[in-house]
Amino acid sequence: MAQLKRFLAGTMALCVAGSLMTACGGSEDKDSSNGGAAKSADGKNSIADVSAADTEKLKEENTGKKYNIYCWNTEFQSRFETYYWPNKDEALWDGVEVNWVINPNDDNNYQIKLDEALGKQNKDGGDDNVDLFLVEADYCQKYVTSDACLDVIGEVGVTKDDLKNQYAYTQEAMTDGNGTLKGVSWQATPGLFMYNAEYAKQVLGTDDPAEVQKAVADWDKFAETAQKMADAGIAMVAGFDDTYRCFSNNVAGPWVQDGKVVIDPQIDEWVKQTKDYTDKGYNKKASLWDETWTAGQKIDGGVFGYFYSTWGIPFCLLPNTLDKSTDEGGELKEGNGGYGKWRACEGPQAYFWGGTWICGAYGSDNIAITRDIMLKLTCDTDIMAKITETEQDYTNNKEAIKKLIDGGYTNPFLGGQDHLSLLSSAAENINMSGKLSAYDQGCNETFQGAMKDYFNGNSSYDEALAKFKTDIKTKYGDLTVD
Amino acid sequence: MKKKTISYAKWGYIFLIPFFVVYFIFSFLPLIQTFGYSFLDYVVGQGTVKSIRDPGAGDSTIINNGFCGFANYSAVLKSDGLFSLSFKNTVILWLVGFVPQIIVSLLLASWFTDIRLKLKAQGFFKTVIYLPNVIMASALSLLFYSLFTQDGALDTLFGNPVLLTKIWGARGVVGFINFLMWYGNTTILLMAAMMGIDTSLYEAAQIDGANPSQVFWQITMPLIKPILAYVLVTSMIGGLQMYDVPYLIGGTSGNPSGVLQTLVSQIQLGKNSSVGRVSALSVMVFIVSAILGFITLKVMDDQSIRTRYGKKKKK
Repeated sequence: MAQLKRFLAGTMALCVAGSLMTACGGSEDKDSSNGGAAKSADGKNSIADVSAADTEKLKEENTGKKYNIYCWNTEFQSRFETYYWPNKDEALWDGVEVNWVINPNDDNNYQIKLDEALGKQNKDGGDDNVDLFLVEADYCQKYVTSDACLDVIGEVGVTKDDLKNQYAYTQEAMTDGNGTLKGVSWQATPGLFMYNAEYAKQVLGTDDPAEVQKAVADWDKFAETAQKMADAGIAMVAGFDDTYRCFSNNVAGPWVQDGKVVIDPQIDEWVKQTKDYTDKGYNKKASLWDETWTAGQKIDGGVFGYFYSTWGIPFCLLPNTLDKSTDEGGELKEGNGGYGKWRACEGPQAYFWGGTWICGAYGSDNIAITRDIMLKLTCDTDIMAKITETEQDYTNNKEAIKKLIDGGYTNPFLGGQDHLSLLSSAAENINMSGKLSAYDQGCNETFQGAMKDYFNGNSSYDEALAKFKTDIKTKYGDLTVD
Repeated sequence: MKKKTISYAKWGYIFLIPFFVVYFIFSFLPLIQTFGYSFLDYVVGQGTVKSIRDPGAGDSTIINNGFCGFANYSAVLKSDGLFSLSFKNTVILWLVGFVPQIIVSLLLASWFTDIRLKLKAQGFFKTVIYLPNVIMASALSLLFYSLFTQDGALDTLFGNPVLLTKIWGARGVVGFINFLMWYGNTTILLMAAMMGIDTSLYEAAQIDGANPSQVFWQITMPLIKPILAYVLVTSMIGGLQMYDVPYLIGGTSGNPSGVLQTLVSQIQLGKNSSVGRVSALSVMVFIVSAILGFITLKVMDDQSIRTRYGKKKKK
């Protein structure tokens, strides 16, 4: 008996040790959220109302009862709920239920969850199938080269004529080798340099965008101004990663070429510049999205400017700079924090950052809904104009943007500046082809993470580079590095 | 002659069945699978997605070149391999937390059980020191992260040293969180061991004129050795699996300088792609933990029984 007891005790001990180990293996995250708080547009917004005939048509073509949307934050959800389905109490498409599955983007988390769901996709349809999913520039190539996306023209049924007002690059990025368009976007993402007008007046003596642009026209001028700012106790940029996209989106080739990780000279340039800026105190040693980085966006945050793409204004800068957020009843007008005290200029180098595309998933049994969403939320000139006007987003519709500019558009958040004119010339010149790979998110995040140590003075450049290589080999086992 | 006793043991085994069934399916089989993977040249490509239109084509993302012997193990064990990089980090992080933990716990436990001290409101203190263990590790980590991060409350108070970007600062914070979480638990365990010591031994020592430190080192320590060994080994096993706290403080890269990258961080980093290699790493963590587990059993078995009861019988 004692022997048996001892054996059992031993087995139990092993079991416990073993289960600890396997517990970290394949745990399934059920991190999905349904609905959530939405900015509902107090009923007066009728552009998105589906006309009776359309509704009838949708009913005929739709067999699915559940519409599953995969995305990583609430940006698209709020567009959807404000401009597509403003009245939440009304049934949409004869009672089809919309199910939002939101998984955060960081550490490839969203991609992994999406791939898992697409792996279970039933090609003959079903209510558990993914119907619509969003992809970002950093990994859109992964889905463009796969057969998971529906052909926007051939299968979803959007016509070339519907798409004519979109910026060409937004379509090129999502077109595969055979010329098939796999996704569409509601935004174009040219980058700008957003600066704090109060600091501009204090240090440069003017907050006029044209004058400030002269002071940051190229990287030499930018560094000169940064020195002036530093002398006044103001950081030129918030942290290490702020200028990253200026370099990473002007590379000669993508991160991964023929299965090998290649570090572009432009990326090296960013490392050199950032180290220099850090040593000279031109930044506040923040990392992207962290608290110091966010705090710098207050009007007295001690940071002169931020490199932001179009979506950065409504989604980051505007909420971050307000003293009293709109949820707390703060008003969007001058006097509430930095509202009206930021300006935009082109900055030292043209670049783009990000971009989100909507893709229909193969196996969806609600393709008519997908078509309807794509038409209304990425092609409809009136809705696009309205989004740009009210949400500050830069929509992917040349016609809408032109109309707004011609109509004497001014942006109250930017103190009455017309930043659309700046952006529209930048958007025309974006060229993403040959710069994207399927592995960009992991490469960007890992590289920035590793280099942070070099900037902070904890390791040499070579050590940081070695760290990047080890980590990227583990993260992407299918890649090789030097 | 008929046996008249009823075997209650049978019921014990019956009640154990559900555990073993669940364990077998959800832990044991995956464990065996991990062993299997560790001998395969197995990678999941992250560059594309499994074909939906042609389900018969199989999963094109899986690159499985079959059996590769110990290649994964030798890759992991290389001087710049995953094991050597992260094992050192893990051990240092564990030591930084464990050394203060065992010292404080021993001190508290001996005060609580001291027959001359007779501390009041023991229940209250025991609850309070145990409380941090009730809070989730992730919640504590986030709290400390926001306290010590750049411009965090304590960071500002101490004049912005940004502790979390300094190698020993980050190690210290992780160690302190682990200390805070586990010293209560260790104290309770050690107290149980100390209360099991015959009080006549302490009385005899007092009569013989031993001072408190002599009592502690000559009587308490030798007699709680088995529990001490148990605490040490279970803490080591727990330490080997350390992941949540360092990850939440240092992110995937384990900043600063990757010193917060533990064994399990590496497994987490590679589990979606470098399946073969991180399986080999998992197996090695398993082997080290198993060895430590057997050491506990051995120590518990031999010493506790023989020193406590065996010697008494001789008298």
